Amino acid sequence: MLLNKLIEASAVSGQEEEVRKIIIEELKDHVDSIESDKIGNIIVYKKGKSEKKKILISAAMDEIGGIVNKINSDGTLKFTKAGFFDERILVSKIVNIGKNSLKGVIGAKPIHLQKADERKKALSINQLYVDIGVSSKEEAAKLVEIGDYISICSETKDFNQNDIIKGKALDSRIPCHMLIELLKSDLDYSIYGAFTVMDKVMIFGSRCVGARINPDYTIVLDGTDNKLGTTELGKGPIINLKEIRAVFDRDFVNTVIDIADKKDIELQISTDENRITGADLYQIASEGSKVIKLSVPCKYVGTPVNLVSRKDIKALNKLINEIISVLGGNYSV
Amino acid sequence: MSIKEKLITLSEASGVSGYENEVSEIIKKYFSEFTDEIYEDIMGNVIALKKGNGSGKKIMLMAHMDEIGLMLSNIDKDGRLRFSTLGGFDPRTLIYQDVIIHSKNKKIDGIIVPEKPTKSDGKAVMIPDLRIDTGYKKDEIEKIVEIGDIITIDRKVVELQNNYLSGKTFDDRACLGSLLIAGEELKKFNHDLDVYFVASVEEEVGTRGAATGAYGINPDMAIAIDVTFGRTLELAEEESVEMDKGVGFTLGGNIHHGMRKFLMKTAEEYSLPYQIEITPGPTGTDARSIQITRQGIPTILMSVPLRYMHTSTETISEKDVISTGKLIARFIAEIDDERLEELLCY
Amino acid sequence: MFNSELFEKLVSIHSPSGDEENIRDIIKKEIEDYVDSIEIDRLGNLIAKIEGTGPKIMVAAHMDQIGLMVTKIEDEGYLRFTNIGGINPYNILHQRFVFKDGLIGIVSKNGKADMKNLKLSDMFLDIGVKDKNEAEKKVSIGDMCTYLSKYQEDEQRIISACVDNRIGCYMAIEAIKSLKDQKSENELYIVFTVQEELGLRGATTAAFGIEPDIGIAVDVTGSGDTPDDEAFAIKLGNGAAIKVKDRGIVVDPKMKNYMIDLAKEKNIDYQLEILEYGATDSAAMQLSKAGVLAGVISVPTRYIHSPVETIYKKDLDQSLKLLVELLRDENIKELI
Repeated sequence: MLLNKLIEASAVSGQEEEVRKIIIEELKDHVDSIESDKIGNIIVYKKGKSEKKKILISAAMDEIGGIVNKINSDGTLKFTKAGFFDERILVSKIVNIGKNSLKGVIGAKPIHLQKADERKKALSINQLYVDIGVSSKEEAAKLVEIGDYISICSETKDFNQNDIIKGKALDSRIPCHMLIELLKSDLDYSIYGAFTVMDKVMIFGSRCVGARINPDYTIVLDGTDNKLGTTELGKGPIINLKEIRAVFDRDFVNTVIDIADKKDIELQISTDENRITGADLYQIASEGSKVIKLSVPCKYVGTPVNLVSRKDIKALNKLINEIISVLGGNYSV
Repeated sequence: MSIKEKLITLSEASGVSGYENEVSEIIKKYFSEFTDEIYEDIMGNVIALKKGNGSGKKIMLMAHMDEIGLMLSNIDKDGRLRFSTLGGFDPRTLIYQDVIIHSKNKKIDGIIVPEKPTKSDGKAVMIPDLRIDTGYKKDEIEKIVEIGDIITIDRKVVELQNNYLSGKTFDDRACLGSLLIAGEELKKFNHDLDVYFVASVEEEVGTRGAATGAYGINPDMAIAIDVTFGRTLELAEEESVEMDKGVGFTLGGNIHHGMRKFLMKTAEEYSLPYQIEITPGPTGTDARSIQITRQGIPTILMSVPLRYMHTSTETISEKDVISTGKLIARFIAEIDDERLEELLCY
Repeated sequence: MFNSELFEKLVSIHSPSGDEENIRDIIKKEIEDYVDSIEIDRLGNLIAKIEGTGPKIMVAAHMDQIGLMVTKIEDEGYLRFTNIGGINPYNILHQRFVFKDGLIGIVSKNGKADMKNLKLSDMFLDIGVKDKNEAEKKVSIGDMCTYLSKYQEDEQRIISACVDNRIGCYMAIEAIKSLKDQKSENELYIVFTVQEELGLRGATTAAFGIEPDIGIAVDVTGSGDTPDDEAFAIKLGNGAAIKVKDRGIVVDPKMKNYMIDLAKEKNIDYQLEILEYGATDSAAMQLSKAGVLAGVISVPTRYIHSPVETIYKKDLDQSLKLLVELLRDENIKELI
């Protein structure tokens, strides 16, 4: 299944190759052009019956993870973080290392040998290492290179009679999957699609995509957490009013709210984004673009255990299609 | 089924202290491959007898089948679940793990998350501040689960290099693997001793199964088989043993000297590797309860090296499991009735 | 019907762990006409037997209570003390304690005691004497005292010291009485145990001697229904508590489910109990010899080990009902 394949592929920021391959393979026979740009973004063009405005829809491909930076004398691997995340998520997890997806585990000192207050302190990244089951540096060096990327494994599961998907990187892969499906479908209006790199390390491939396409309207798809408790799973897609820096185009936002209202699509509004995504850079790339960000509600972003509701995905799909048919027509703001 | 497949099945099975039913059924099946008589005592210890050809002297081999686990203790207003623990957990290993809630009628998936979004304050999120999210709302989940439902970490075994296996419960299922090897090996030997293979319950909450199991069987000698700390860089040499270098023998008050010396001699004779550990007082294993049962039972402890104990990445080497099992079988085969007397006298 | 006269009598008796003579005498008189035999074992457990041909069921209700023991008499006549069982310094501060002979002492603390970290060693008993000489005429080192009980009840509640575990004793006594007319084939050993608060010592030896098939402890449990305490799912008024686990026992799911089914069948309100601290006599019974199938019926209680332990009459009623139904249930033999 495409969705599971996308979710389970490793695409740590800066090494998105696995996901990139899946997307290109999946789309190449369904679109008018598809290519990787100079830093690894995928740019897609799909012709519709009419093309009045340049519309870009974008999703990031990457996920949080690590990079091997040292091989210890006993063959275990030290690593540094790729992406900004809470190190506490790493303990007692399985990881994939490098292009061949070598398996490793991140263990922890047995509780029996800890002092009582030890377990009250979070383990820092300096105390953690990956065990691949070898006993020497030489043995490890045959299998792993410094610079190999590490992704955190998490089984993809259906919760609640299939209503909820649990897995890693859902805040990027669910949007990727939605965008793939959109680009595979027959469209009335032409659109550009972009699958971008390096959101999680704040390099933002989107800025180069924006510079190249120079779109009138940009819709960024994302997964939004509920840190302030104002949005909920299963209550419909989220329209984000702002991120840390960017405030999204208010007219565009209001248009989307109107569309949702008319078409009876439940929509949640979020102002509490403590996040920067590619949307920020799209707004100021090239001549600038009218940007909105639409999200599927995603619990526990920044951990390997994200939760997303299929109901929300379905509603967001519908909303995007409705937005395109408005933007592609005689709409202007 | 290969021993590796059995180890994987055992590790993935659920069997939290007091609720060992699932793993108990599996181990019964495996025991039945080399014994005729299998029974369960009141506490739930699974006991398999392989008769010897001697005068009926008994040796008991005990490895515990229970695992540390969680228990549903309350349901919050937002539908997330609170939990209590059975056995010792480092809370840092619980956060963001997949779990299964074993409710009466079905198994429910969940994840462990902090109650509130975490701050980078360098502190671990302690167990009272962790919740389980199943995606269900309170009114839905209330109909499915019940207070007291057992919760296990959902973790498939992953195979690492060199036949290392990593999973949620190799403490002490790895040693059940050694018992299975010992049972198979014993088929090849003529032995005097009646051998009681015991998969004990409730070790993790205070070696409770060992106490009643040993009382019921009343053996002449006993071997507890448990895991010990496999060396990693942060562990001192004197508190850990090396992986892949064979079983650990414990020395100290909990251990019968005569038996232990003879075990070392046997290992050397058959070129089976071993390492030494020292514990002056009661060991943290079933051996502590077995030794002081009734009027005293001569007991030794054999330990399989295991890294990251009480995490969901407990890691063992298949090689250690096999050599431990072989040594147990050799040891038993070497002890005839006469030697038994000799070994046990002080 | 709730026999408040009996319960008031039970909570008003001084019987700290290790000196259960007073309470034992009262209970013995209360039950002797209803049972087939009564025995007092070496540790002082009171064992009442109701003959039967079915499985042996042991009920353990501990009759001891927490208290203080005098360790030293100061020159000024104040008494230093140690704890008998689980004593919290903040609970006992400025409370009345009573000795076996009726002498009253007040607990207070040294002038310089640290209120943030109050220790028993910084506390004393004031028995109203002028010096050591006078004190020595009234008490000796080793004397024990317990909370002075003030029994109160209203329509809903019962408030007293020592509800832990005279409520268990009350249930056992009432069960014995009601079983007189509804005998079953079960062979019953109703044991009023000693020294539970010191580590289940009485139940350990009693179970060894009796060798029961099934062991049931009746005791109190805490509650999680006071402010900021919601981790514990027990609420006063929600019925009998069926133990799932505590620090001493993981109740065999067979036993737990049996109790749940029985409660449902008999329309008894129940709740499931996971206690994060403490243990009951069930732990000792379970691990006796080659193992005993054990369970616990508990009465939800607020402010345990304080002089104002509080229970609801409704919970007591449901707990007692569950105990009686269990003891006379002939299907219980299918558990073993």
